[in-house]
Amino acid sequence: MSKSNKNKKPADYTGNRISLARMQAGQRGRIVEINGGQGLVRRLEAIGIREGREIKKISKQWMRGPVLLQHGSSQVALGFGMASKVLVEIIRED
Amino acid sequence: MKIFLMGNPNVGKSAVFNRLTGVDVVVSNYPGTTVEFTKGSLKTKEQDYELIDMPGTYTLEPTNKAEQIALEVLKSRKDSDVVINVVEATNLERSLNLTLQLLNERVPVIVALNFWDETKHKGIIIDIEKLENILKVPCIPICAVTSWGVNRLVGRIKEAKPSRFQYDKQGRWHEIGNIIDQVQTITHRHHTLLERLSDASVKPLTALPIAVAVLFFAFKLIRFIGEGIIGYVCEPLFENLWSPLMMELSSFLGSEGFIHNLIIGRLVDGQVDYGNSFGLLTTGLFVPLGAVLPYVFAFYLVLSFLEDFGYLPRLAIMTDTLMHRLGLHGLAIVPMLLGLGCNVPGVLSTRILETRRERFISITILSIGVPCAALQAMVVGLVGRHGMASLGIVYATLFLVWLILGVLMNLTVKGKSPEIFIEIPPYRIPYLRGLSKKIWIRIKWFIKEAVPFVLLGVLIVNLLYTLGIIQFVGRIAAPVVTIVLGLPQEAIGALLVGFLRKDVAVGMLIPLELTAKQLVIASVVLAMYFPCVATFTTIVKELGFVDMAKSAGIMIVSSLVVGGLLNLILV
Repeated sequence: MSKSNKNKKPADYTGNRISLARMQAGQRGRIVEINGGQGLVRRLEAIGIREGREIKKISKQWMRGPVLLQHGSSQVALGFGMASKVLVEIIRED
Repeated sequence: MKIFLMGNPNVGKSAVFNRLTGVDVVVSNYPGTTVEFTKGSLKTKEQDYELIDMPGTYTLEPTNKAEQIALEVLKSRKDSDVVINVVEATNLERSLNLTLQLLNERVPVIVALNFWDETKHKGIIIDIEKLENILKVPCIPICAVTSWGVNRLVGRIKEAKPSRFQYDKQGRWHEIGNIIDQVQTITHRHHTLLERLSDASVKPLTALPIAVAVLFFAFKLIRFIGEGIIGYVCEPLFENLWSPLMMELSSFLGSEGFIHNLIIGRLVDGQVDYGNSFGLLTTGLFVPLGAVLPYVFAFYLVLSFLEDFGYLPRLAIMTDTLMHRLGLHGLAIVPMLLGLGCNVPGVLSTRILETRRERFISITILSIGVPCAALQAMVVGLVGRHGMASLGIVYATLFLVWLILGVLMNLTVKGKSPEIFIEIPPYRIPYLRGLSKKIWIRIKWFIKEAVPFVLLGVLIVNLLYTLGIIQFVGRIAAPVVTIVLGLPQEAIGALLVGFLRKDVAVGMLIPLELTAKQLVIASVVLAMYFPCVATFTTIVKELGFVDMAKSAGIMIVSSLVVGGLLNLILV
């Protein structure tokens, strides 16, 4: 479960963490935090997107369009705003 | 006894439903195809069941209205009722979340693993026996579109029972991970062609050219097929076979008089003229079957293929940014595309949008700016004679109205519009049988809905003329129709009948011999000013009377403004 976001740090500046929205297409990462309300956390969890889950960003669109990510064998498109609230740790490709 | 079909969105519940009941419901490759509960019956040797196809749900801890309703239905079931949990074999991990929740409710469950054929291509191996032992309910691999395994599924319904499977509710995903580790192996494999194509259709650099190409070819193909069928099948059939028959009937009825004119219509140069005669058996049959049906068929052929292939959700990603300007998100492209066939299914499918605001905006701009296939077929036939430029103006105007109105409504309508959140299914090669069945369902629906209304429309046209009502209303409405829109008084007849059927209304313009400019204005106004009666009643059902009235106000005002502007601008 995600911790509720009490400190108002901008989502993108958390050390080696980066938001799903800012990730490059093709990068892999592990979800470390979902910085949203219970509603968002539950909606994402219902389809299996949760803390600890490994994901790959497939594509992004111009002008803050939706982000497409792959987790397991399914692909999910989510709005830029939602994607900004999902923080990931980039996994290095060896 | 009842059987509920439950499962995640787009796992093929409706395909299973079709196989089990023989009732035909529309199946597509995107989440949210089923927006209503559909009921059917299943007879086995032992027992008769009532089967209920439910909209897709990810979880029993509801995150939206559809899931809320699904949960309520589940809670109100009797103890003997059974749930068939349809899961995607290629996506077992995600699917098991709902399965485990269902088991926890102590509902008698039977698990159907659909898309079993796809697991082989994808290098996924699932140990069914082990899965059954863990879940302690029957698990049956099936492929719903080909019926493979469906008989075995039916045979084991009686084995459904509440599971004794126990797990820690807080650690559900952990438990799912354990199960997956035990029952599933994934072998390494290369990307398939379809997967490469899938990636290309969502990456900005390649996605835009693909979208343009797909829409261009779709449009070309629809025109080619539609015109081909009209030119080589419908017109020859009507001219060579039906016309002589009508001429016989005409002379039998005495070549004139009220009854003759009602059934055959007025003869032009002593001959039946399907555009001008306006009799029940001439124009009344030619419009829906000879002029419109070929385009409806061509449209649904192309749309159904794109749906089953899985292109629509990718188009939704592409159009999301644009749709945001209209207070909607990308998925709203689905009702708009369906609306190009007929506005009624378009309006119904706005249920895939979550909030009332989105539905109000999308329904309003859909019924103003998205012309149905019947209207388009007639407009293309009539306006197209004056060249592609005139036709282009009609389409460009409607698109601009759709866009501007959407932007304005986004700025003024209160409420929230959530972001897009949708699973993107893999591309799938459509099965010919499923595809042709779906097209047939839609064609049958069109004939059943359209033909009676067209005939009623033609009947009313005749009565209105005979009783002098059109002439009378024409004189009253003359200032608006002639001064603002620049149309002849008689065009009011088309606007009156347009409420019944817009294709008949365009047909009424033929005898008026309008100029190209007048035809453009009349077509645009007819498309915009008000929905036809079938769409109207659907909107009232979906939005309620008050919002329909608001929506209608927007339609009438904007059609007069746009029609008036065109009258000023065009030469």
